[in-house]
Amino acid sequence: MKPRPRGVAAFADNADPRHPGRGPASPDAGRARSLRLATTMTTPTVTTARDNNAAAPVLAAQALACRRGARVLFSDLSFAVNAGQIVWVRGANGQGKTSLLRLLAGLSRPEAGRIELGASRARVYVGHANALKDDLTVAESLMFLSRLHGFDTSAAAHDSALQRFGLHSRRTAPVRTLSQGQRRRVALARLCLAPADALWLLDEPFDALDAQGVQALNTLLGEHAARGGSVMLTSHVPLTIASPAPITLALGEAASA
Amino acid sequence: MSAAPVFTAVLGRDLRLAARRRVDALLPIAFFAVAVSLFPLGVGPEPNTLRQIAPGVLWVCALLAAMLSVTQLYAGDQADGSLEQMLLAGGSGTAAAMPVAIAKAVSHWLLTGLPLVLVAPLFGVMFDLGGRSIAALCASLLLGTPILSLLGNLGAALTLGVRNGGVLLILLIVPLCIPALIFGSGAVSAIETGSSARGHFSLLGALFIATGLLAPLATAAALRIATE
Repeated sequence: MKPRPRGVAAFADNADPRHPGRGPASPDAGRARSLRLATTMTTPTVTTARDNNAAAPVLAAQALACRRGARVLFSDLSFAVNAGQIVWVRGANGQGKTSLLRLLAGLSRPEAGRIELGASRARVYVGHANALKDDLTVAESLMFLSRLHGFDTSAAAHDSALQRFGLHSRRTAPVRTLSQGQRRRVALARLCLAPADALWLLDEPFDALDAQGVQALNTLLGEHAARGGSVMLTSHVPLTIASPAPITLALGEAASA
Repeated sequence: MSAAPVFTAVLGRDLRLAARRRVDALLPIAFFAVAVSLFPLGVGPEPNTLRQIAPGVLWVCALLAAMLSVTQLYAGDQADGSLEQMLLAGGSGTAAAMPVAIAKAVSHWLLTGLPLVLVAPLFGVMFDLGGRSIAALCASLLLGTPILSLLGNLGAALTLGVRNGGVLLILLIVPLCIPALIFGSGAVSAIETGSSARGHFSLLGALFIATGLLAPLATAAALRIATE
């Protein structure tokens, strides 16, 4: 086996005005902003606006490693996500952002390391694929997903979820007739129905969304964090969430150094 | 999270999807009808010959109809991400994927196995089978088609993500279906020749129980591997 690249994760405050999320193009900046190399268990020192760090983390990863075929995507990755935090997983294509989220969601098992969940074990994973069936209507798709996961199935909650994403008028339309952005909105609408303290794992949630959709999602993310929920998301576009300030988890940036 | 909501949600959705695509849902039955009808044309309309080959022909065609309809059971759900969500809903681990595997097998049986049982008497008449033989045919298919659905389900999960999965599925799973075929068609032949079919039915029942216990577990494990 090849020697493993030492995947280094760093939590950095994303408030740096000079680099508003230029991402993997600026590895130097990424390293300079690193608060701490995560070779051991790292609890981020960045606190949220509401300062509710005292409680046990919602999710803690210890020395995680992930392999795809012969290639080690990352190893020795440790971090913790606390209640009320939004964590932005960054990294170039192929650095293992999606693989990390799938590990945390429980879809795959880590090559090494441990994932510990906090008191609320509820996790909502919205992957690249929208998990919608062409032949079902918007309302039926949403109902299927919330039944499946044991979310709120009341009609009122579903109506308001669709309204938030501007899909209420299209609730009886077959998914087949929706655009890519509208499908994304349906997939994200189920976030409104999940338990309040759930950990959201979102893989490129802003994909295909228009400005209005991005706005709706930003509001939703902010509200979720404000009521003590936490979010881990990947995005190739800079985040525009007003509050709380997202915490950056960089994958593989320092590995090339 | 408990298993029942996952089971009912997946089963309900599959049945609803089938209702939306009625033509697709009727294809296995159409295949069965066409394949069975070829035999009198090919073999010749001699009633004694037809009566003799009827149990085997009907059972083989039912088996092939079940295998052909099962190939795409998980492929669509995997492509659009539904499968991931279904597997996540149960929690982690192999056992948690079992409600999905069972729901898929039940929906496949309701959509292909049960209709086959219902149309079988018609084709029994076509082959000039007697009343008791037709009853035995229906009973053997009622016990046997769930075995085919469970094994086909396992094959679909094992060949998920494999190119030309359909052919591989048939190569993998048809050998496993042979006992069901032997005892299923044997039961009808026994009645047709005037002997008792109790032994055949007992063995078919035992096969059903064994497959019902083991196949969902293996399917669940295969689904976990396929989505990893």
